[in-house]
Amino acid sequence: MPDVTLTVDGQKITAPAGTLLLEACKSHGIEIPAFCYYPGLSLQAACRMCVVRIEKMPKLQTACTTPVTAGMVVITDSPEIAQARKATLQLLLGNHPLDCPVCDAGGECELQDMTFKYGAADSFYTEPKNHREEQKWSPVVYFDRPRCILCYRCVRMCGEGMDIFALGIQNRGSSSVIAPNIPAQLSGVVENGVELAQLDCEQCGMCIDACPVGALTSGTYRYKTRPWEMNHVATVCTHCGDGCKTTLGVRSVSDGSQILRGDNRDKSGMNGDFLCNKGRYAFDFANNVERLTSPLVRHSDGTLKPVSWEEALTFAGTKLRDLRQQRGPNSIGVIGSNRTTNEENYLLQKFARTVIGTNNIDHHRTADFVTLATALQGTTGKFASQRDVEKAPALLLVGGDPTNQAPLTAWNIRTNVRLNKARLYVANHEEIKLRRQAKAFVQVAQFGYGAFVESLGADNDFSNAVRAEEQLIVIIGNELRGGELANLIKALPNAKFALLADYANSRGASDMGVLPDVLPGYQSLQGSTIASEYGAADAPGLDLLAMFDAAAAGNLSALYVVGSNPVKRFGIDPTALKSTFLIVQDLFLTETAALADVVFPAANLYEKSGSVTNSYGDLQLVSKAADKAGTRSDFELIVRLADHLGHDIKSLVPFGSQAKGLRADQGQTRGAESGEADRHAVWITANNLEPKLSPFDPFAILDEIQRLVPGYDKLLRLQLLSGNDQHIAPASSGLVQIENRKDLVLPSSDTLFTSGSLTRYSPMLQDVQRHQTTEVSGHLTSAD
Amino acid sequence: MSAIANTIFSPELAARFDKLVTIYPLKRSALVPMLLYAQDEVGYVSDAVVAEIAQRLDLLELDVRNVLSYYSMLRTKPAGKYNVQVCTNISCMLRGGFELLDHCKHTLGIGHKETTEDGLFSLEEVECIGACCWAPAAQVNYDFHDELTPAKMDAVLDTYRAREKK
Ligand code: SF4
Ligand code: SF4
Ligand code: SF4
Ligand code: FES
Ligand code: FES
Repeated sequence: MPDVTLTVDGQKITAPAGTLLLEACKSHGIEIPAFCYYPGLSLQAACRMCVVRIEKMPKLQTACTTPVTAGMVVITDSPEIAQARKATLQLLLGNHPLDCPVCDAGGECELQDMTFKYGAADSFYTEPKNHREEQKWSPVVYFDRPRCILCYRCVRMCGEGMDIFALGIQNRGSSSVIAPNIPAQLSGVVENGVELAQLDCEQCGMCIDACPVGALTSGTYRYKTRPWEMNHVATVCTHCGDGCKTTLGVRSVSDGSQILRGDNRDKSGMNGDFLCNKGRYAFDFANNVERLTSPLVRHSDGTLKPVSWEEALTFAGTKLRDLRQQRGPNSIGVIGSNRTTNEENYLLQKFARTVIGTNNIDHHRTADFVTLATALQGTTGKFASQRDVEKAPALLLVGGDPTNQAPLTAWNIRTNVRLNKARLYVANHEEIKLRRQAKAFVQVAQFGYGAFVESLGADNDFSNAVRAEEQLIVIIGNELRGGELANLIKALPNAKFALLADYANSRGASDMGVLPDVLPGYQSLQGSTIASEYGAADAPGLDLLAMFDAAAAGNLSALYVVGSNPVKRFGIDPTALKSTFLIVQDLFLTETAALADVVFPAANLYEKSGSVTNSYGDLQLVSKAADKAGTRSDFELIVRLADHLGHDIKSLVPFGSQAKGLRADQGQTRGAESGEADRHAVWITANNLEPKLSPFDPFAILDEIQRLVPGYDKLLRLQLLSGNDQHIAPASSGLVQIENRKDLVLPSSDTLFTSGSLTRYSPMLQDVQRHQTTEVSGHLTSAD
Repeated sequence: MSAIANTIFSPELAARFDKLVTIYPLKRSALVPMLLYAQDEVGYVSDAVVAEIAQRLDLLELDVRNVLSYYSMLRTKPAGKYNVQVCTNISCMLRGGFELLDHCKHTLGIGHKETTEDGLFSLEEVECIGACCWAPAAQVNYDFHDELTPAKMDAVLDTYRAREKK
C-alpha cells in the first residue's frame, strides 16, 4: 500500500494507507489509550477509550477502527477528548469494585493506569454496586465478574486466536456477562461447591493475558504476590520443542528464589504474545517439595542416603575411574537429556568421548534430526525457522499434531492463515484440529506416510497444489523418519523444512552430538576436524537401547544418566541394571534415579544459564530465573565429576588465560542483576584486563561450540545476549549417510497437559488433567 | 425431507428452516427468525432447540446462547399457553399501566415472568409495544388489546379461558 501523510497533534506523520490510526500513532510515539483494541484480533470498538477528534468529522471518532487517509488532521489530546475519556471511565467504574489493593492486576492494570491518568476515580453512580462472587472456571482460569469492562478481548482471543471459542457474552446492557458455553441462567450458579460454568478448553490462559483488567485471573498466581515484589526474568520454556520465550516472575524465599508466575511481558520472543498452558503454568514442578536437594549414595544396606557433595563426587569419580581402568572405556555408557542446555549437551558428549573415551552416548530422541541434517547437507536456506511459520505464504503439515504437541507452531499457523491468508495443506492420519485452517486436507493411513510421499509426485489436486507452491514451508511430524523423511525432502526440492520434536532442547541434543554415531554438527566420527581434536574412538558407540542390552548381559560396568528417565520412558526392566554402577543426575527420584548408586540433585532449565535450540533450529538464551538451594547445574556437575575422575579440567572447558577465546560470561546470563555485570564487563574490557573465568562458565563451552560446530559458528553473541533468537542451520557437508541406522525415535506422546516425567511433579498439570476428565467430561462442547 | 435427520421440529417448520438458511448472504443471519419461529412452535427455546439451530447454521451453541440471551422476548423456560404482556412504558404508565399490571398479578395470582399452575397464563411486564395511542395496552401472544381498564382486562382474560373450555 502507498504511504499517506497525515497530521496528528500538529505533527506530520506517514503511514501505509489502510493502517489504523491508532497503530499509525503508536509507531510515531503518540499514545492513544485503548481497552478493547488488541493487535491481531478483529476490531470491536466496544470501549470508546480511543476517541480522537478528526477534522471534518462530526463527532469524536474511534482511532482503533479508523484507517488513516491522506491529509487527515487529527487531535489526540484536548480538554474535549480528556473529558470524553473520563466519562467513559466513570461509566466503566460504575459497577467496578475498585478492589485494586487485593486485585492480581493491581499495578499492571490498564484501567487503573487510565483512571489515574484521567482522574476519574469518583463515579457519579450512587446505586449500591452489584457484587458477584468470583467464579472458578477451571484450575487455571478464574473470573471476577464485577471487574470486567466488557472489552471482548478474551472472547476474541479464545475464538480467533486459539480457535476454541470457549467464551462468549450473555445477556445485554448492564447485565452482560462473559461466560463459557452454558445457559445464561446457570452462569454463577454453584452446585456442591463446583461452579456450573466450567471451561472445556486448552487452558492456555491467553484470555487472562489479554484481559486489560483483573477480571480473568490465573489459578496458579492469584493472591500470591504483588507484581512489583517480583523480579522478572525472560528465558525459554522447558516443555515442548517450540521455544517460546517466557518471563518468569521470581521472588526470594528461604531456600533460594521461587517462580510465582509465567507470562510473556515483553512479547519479543518468536511466540509474540502466545504461551500455552505449560509455558504459562507448568513451572510449578520446580517448587515441588519432592525436589532432590542433597546428593544420595547407596549404602551397604541397600538404601539411598544423603551425603555431602564431596563424598558423593569422590565416590562416583573414583568408581568411574576404576571401572574404566578395569573394564575399558567402552564398558561405560552415558545418556543425555533433551531438556539440558546446548553447552551441557556438548560438554556431556565431550565428557563421554574425551574423559571416559567412548562413543557410548545417546539420549531419548524425539525426532530424526540426523536424517534431516544429512538430507539437507550442502544446501543453504532450506531449514525453516519458527518465524517462517508465522510469515510463509504456504505451509504443508505432514503428520504431527501441533495443537497438542507444539502449541506455538499451531498458534503461528493459525495466525498466519488468519492475518495473511496463508495457504495451509495438511496430510495426517488423524482429523487434527488444524485441518479447520487448511485449504486442503488429506487423510493418510496410520502408517501410510511413505505412500503419501510417493503420491506427492502424482497428478491429484492436493499434490498439484502443493507442488505449485513456490515458497513452501514443510512442517514434519515425528511420524516421518529415516527413508520416508529423506524421500519427502527429495520430493519437494523448493521447500524449506522443519521437524517437530519434543522438549526444549531435543534439537540441541542432536546438534551437539549426544549420539553414538555422529559428532557435534552431525560430523563423522572419522576424519572430521572435531574428531581429530577429540582423538576419540572412530567406531560408533552403543545406542540407548544397546546400552541397556549390554547392561542386561553384564557388559556395561557403569552408566551415567543426566536429566533423563530411560527406565520409565523405554520400559527398561530394572533388573537389567543390577550389575551396572549407575550415576543419575536429576530433579527428582525418578524410576531411573531410584535404581542409582549415586544421585546428584540437579537444577532445572529455569535455574541455569546457557542456550537451547528449538525444533526449528532457533537458538535462544536461557537465563537463570529461579534458584534452589542444594542443587547444582548439570554443567557444574559434569565438570566436577570429570575433575574427580582426575581429568585436566582445562582440556574439557577452555577457561582461563589459555582459552582459545575469552568471550566469557560476565554475568550477562545470570538474569536479574545482569545490568550491573554488563557494565562491569565493559569496564574490564576497556581497561585491557582479563576477565576472570570459571570452569563452570557455560559461555566458555559456547566458545568451543562456535569454533567447532558448523552452523553455530554463525551465532552472534550480542544477539544472543540481547535475548533475540537466531536461526541455526547445521551447515556441514560431506556427512555420511549411515546405512541401516536403527530407528530409535520415541515420540514423547505428550499432550497439552503432559510433559514427560515432569508431569507428575506439576500439581497444576495434575489438576488440569483431573478437570478435563471430571468437571468437563463431555457435558460441555468445545469447538473441536 | 429436512436437511437435519431427527429434527425436533414439525415437518412444516423444518422445511421452513431448510429454506431460511439459504436466503441470506450470511447463513447466520437466519438465527433470530429461527429462534422466534422455534419458540412459537416449542413454547420456549430449549437446549434441544439451541443445539439444532446451531447445527443448522454451523454455529457453536455458545453463539446461539449469546444471541438468545440478548433478546428479552426469547425465553428459555416454558411460558403459559397465553402469555400476557402488560406495557408499563411511559404512555401506558400515565394511563394506568401499573394498575393494570397489578390487577393481572392479583387476578392471576402470579408475578412477572411467572406462570399459573394450570399452565394457561403467564405474565410479563414489557416495554412499549407500539400501541401508545390507545394506552394502556397489553399483548396476549400475538393479539393486541388496548384502551384497557381492569374490568376490560378481566373480560379479555375470560375470552381466553372460554376458548379452553370448548
Ligand atoms: S484458557 Fe481456555 S478460555 Fe481462555 S483463551 Fe485459552 S482456551 Fe480460551
Ligand atoms: S474478562 Fe477481561 S478481557 Fe474479557 S471482556 Fe472482561 S475485561 Fe475484557
Ligand atoms: S508452545 Fe511449547 S514452548 Fe511454547 S509455552 Fe507451550 S510448551 Fe512451552
Ligand atoms: S479501543 Fe477503540 S473503541 Fe475500544
Ligand atoms: S408506552 Fe405502552 S404501548 Fe407505547
